[in-house]
Amino acid sequence: MTDEVDPMIEIRASFFVECEELLESLQDGLQLMDDGQSDDETINVVFRAIHSIKGGAGAFGLEELVRFAHQFESVLDGVRSHTILVDRTDIAIFFQASDILADLVRAARDDEPADQEKVQSILDKLSVILGDNAQEEDEVDASDFQPMGIALDLGLPELSDNESVDTDTQHEPAITTDAISAPGNEKPEHFLEGFKIFFQPDSSLYETGNEPLHLLKLLREIGEVDVSCDTSNLKSLSELEEEKSYLAWTIYLATDEDEASVRDIFDFVADLCKLDISPISNSTLPPSNKTDDAPLSSELSIVPTASETVVPPAPPQISQNTADLPVRKSTVPTLPKTNTDNNKPSNKPRPTVRVDLERIDRLVNLVGELVINQAMISQSVTDADLPSNSAISAGLDEFMQLTRDIQDSVMMIRAQPVKSLFQRMSRIIRESSAMVGKSVCLKTDGENTEVDKTVIERLADPLTHMIRNAVDHGIEKEEDRLNADKPAEGIVTLMASHRSGRVIIEVSDDGAGINRERVLQIAMDKGLVAENSQLSDTEIDNLLFLPGFSTASEVSDLSGRGVGMDVVKSSIIALGGRVTIQSEPGQGTKFTISLPLTLAVLDGMVIEVAKQILVVPLNAIAETLTLTQESVLPLGPNNRVIKVRDVFVPLLDLGSELGFRAPLNNFDNAVVLLISQENGTQAALVVDAIQDQRQVVIKGLQNTFGRPSGVAAATILGDGKIALILDPIDIVSSAESAGNLAQNNLQLTG
Amino acid sequence: MSEQDKTTLSTGIELLTFQVGGQEYALDIMSVREIRGWTKATPLPHAPSFVRGVINLRGTVLTIVDLADRLGMGAAQTSERNVIIVVHTGKETVGLLVDAVSDILAINTTDLQDPPDMSAAECEESFVSALTISEGRMIRVLAIAAALPTESEEAA
Repeated sequence: MTDEVDPMIEIRASFFVECEELLESLQDGLQLMDDGQSDDETINVVFRAIHSIKGGAGAFGLEELVRFAHQFESVLDGVRSHTILVDRTDIAIFFQASDILADLVRAARDDEPADQEKVQSILDKLSVILGDNAQEEDEVDASDFQPMGIALDLGLPELSDNESVDTDTQHEPAITTDAISAPGNEKPEHFLEGFKIFFQPDSSLYETGNEPLHLLKLLREIGEVDVSCDTSNLKSLSELEEEKSYLAWTIYLATDEDEASVRDIFDFVADLCKLDISPISNSTLPPSNKTDDAPLSSELSIVPTASETVVPPAPPQISQNTADLPVRKSTVPTLPKTNTDNNKPSNKPRPTVRVDLERIDRLVNLVGELVINQAMISQSVTDADLPSNSAISAGLDEFMQLTRDIQDSVMMIRAQPVKSLFQRMSRIIRESSAMVGKSVCLKTDGENTEVDKTVIERLADPLTHMIRNAVDHGIEKEEDRLNADKPAEGIVTLMASHRSGRVIIEVSDDGAGINRERVLQIAMDKGLVAENSQLSDTEIDNLLFLPGFSTASEVSDLSGRGVGMDVVKSSIIALGGRVTIQSEPGQGTKFTISLPLTLAVLDGMVIEVAKQILVVPLNAIAETLTLTQESVLPLGPNNRVIKVRDVFVPLLDLGSELGFRAPLNNFDNAVVLLISQENGTQAALVVDAIQDQRQVVIKGLQNTFGRPSGVAAATILGDGKIALILDPIDIVSSAESAGNLAQNNLQLTG
Repeated sequence: MSEQDKTTLSTGIELLTFQVGGQEYALDIMSVREIRGWTKATPLPHAPSFVRGVINLRGTVLTIVDLADRLGMGAAQTSERNVIIVVHTGKETVGLLVDAVSDILAINTTDLQDPPDMSAAECEESFVSALTISEGRMIRVLAIAAALPTESEEAA
């Protein structure tokens, strides 16, 4: 039994993985439609995505999902065949529907119940769109779509013998039998121009969820067709392998369209079938087709009883002509793509490999080892005091270059486009704007920017919060917007880009900007700043990041859940990033997140304190200074400050803060690192010496003893020793919270 | 461990015995990953005194616990002759700094005695899960999980 169960679980898992991808392309397509850049192919992509989800869902008996996908698909089929014309309101509903579809997929995956109410409300909305077409569409649906979902079963290794009759009969011949037995066979009288098409699907065509009947229908849409099915390869039911393809069709098509548009129909199955399209003139008219059902071989007649229950009659135009198949031999399996494809790179995705993340992580770790090892070798070479032109030095240089290249390539493997993240955000926008009754749209830019996978995962929560904030607090109410001569619809922009070795993500809105007076007042009311403090605009903006700050005067559904921007900030800092605010009254607010490209390697400054080698992340260091005894000013019994460009900055001895030594008293010639704190203030850390500035590989510390405060991680130096990577901001803030600085610092910031 | 448990579990185990602060301790050899010589550890700030720091164990960061200090027998004087026993408990791997490794002892679980109830005594007692006798010497079987600090303990 286990042999049979396991593959199913695996297949099921891979179905859900595929669903994620399909949902992504669904979103993409809808976005294009929303932007008014869609063409037929876009709608096809959208349709196909929903269709494939439905097909897979049918195979796993996920009825709820099938039901919803079916309705959605019906609407899109109407759109595709231009019987339904959609406007942006409809597309907005499509977006919601795709959200629900995603919900249902997840619900099915996790075996959790879905929100019936939501599902139903969207279903109702879809029916409204379907509206007048409903009747007609429903009919077509019934005949058209039902079998397709089932046909997808073919793609999945069934437990053939043990399966119930139901699934057994849901294979491809069932459909074709019906197609064959369809009554209609009006022979096109005048083939002035047209094509003869030989179409033999490979098994892979079914495996990928495509459906020949559908293609035939599409052909029908561009002209008159005369279809004949070659069932000669069909085996008897007992020998039939439901995953195999046995049928071939010969289609005579009378159309005004050119060959390219005929090929377009087969475009996305081109690699999955034998396809031969040749133009025909009047002289090569097909012989009139026969109406008798005789060619229905005895094998086939076994099938229909069961199949009829699942497959309603096919459209009449698909008639049969089994008697006479003038198959012309030709070798045109794939033609060069027509130019319509050139601007649609999504059509032909580059081949990819799905790899277990653990394997990549292992590779990343090994490369980390390599970097460390290389550092060790260079250190020994330096120690050996070889002449710089020696072969070993040259070789080592090359080795270092290679190491860096390998490291970059490995990091690229982990990198993923932020697109998936942005798509999730567009959903947040839709939901949150609906909740507060504002009309907001999301503009994205640079969604192909690649970021480390872990970063993407851990950015989701902070970004969600920022987006919600932008919708709730940033964008004004509609009447306020109109009063301010802005379009009623607010715009939230998400932008990603690479800038000087870091990833920049911007969240901006075109709202009213930060109301600084109110922010300051609230901060004073809450005692976060002293009364009557004079703060600069930037300082006021940064108050938003203080814990316990919330400007929402009325607690809305959206924000005010006790999660503030301080959490956003700390989670971004945990990723080694920074977040800054820019705001222009009346113009909007922009949050800029700056993140390291990877979490595995960090640019650090190697320092020495109390004979210990430590690493300080470079991004935390604003500048380095050398002190003179005079520049250090005492403040109270234990504290000292230094004056940096007319600002007093608290001075901390790193050695004593870490408990490595007693506090210093003589600061002459001491080296200090100026640390930029989260609230924009600075602190100075005294170190003994700065040794180097280099990339280090981040090694996690065990949590046996909890995370030691002030230490972020560890790294391995060239001599094989471990150096701790400090978290200077943590050190400064814990020193402050220890009470010895808090008061002074507040005044200093003011 | 009741009398009945011992008879039903009467299987042979192997113990690694070692010296800590002049006393002889032992560990189930199955929890021992490797034994290595002492290398200087990088101290961790604000860590408990018995945490000697971290060392590089072939690319992973290994925390070193001074077992003598942990057992309340004062910090070990580290020298070249000290040994680190790398043990794996649950999901953590930790290095134990001991004076020396002595022997591997194959005994029957029935030969293990419960330590006498000495709750009045200092904390050391809770770190011993059983006692046994080998060649007339008392061997203390270390309760490794108890010897390793939990987060709450560290916070206290």
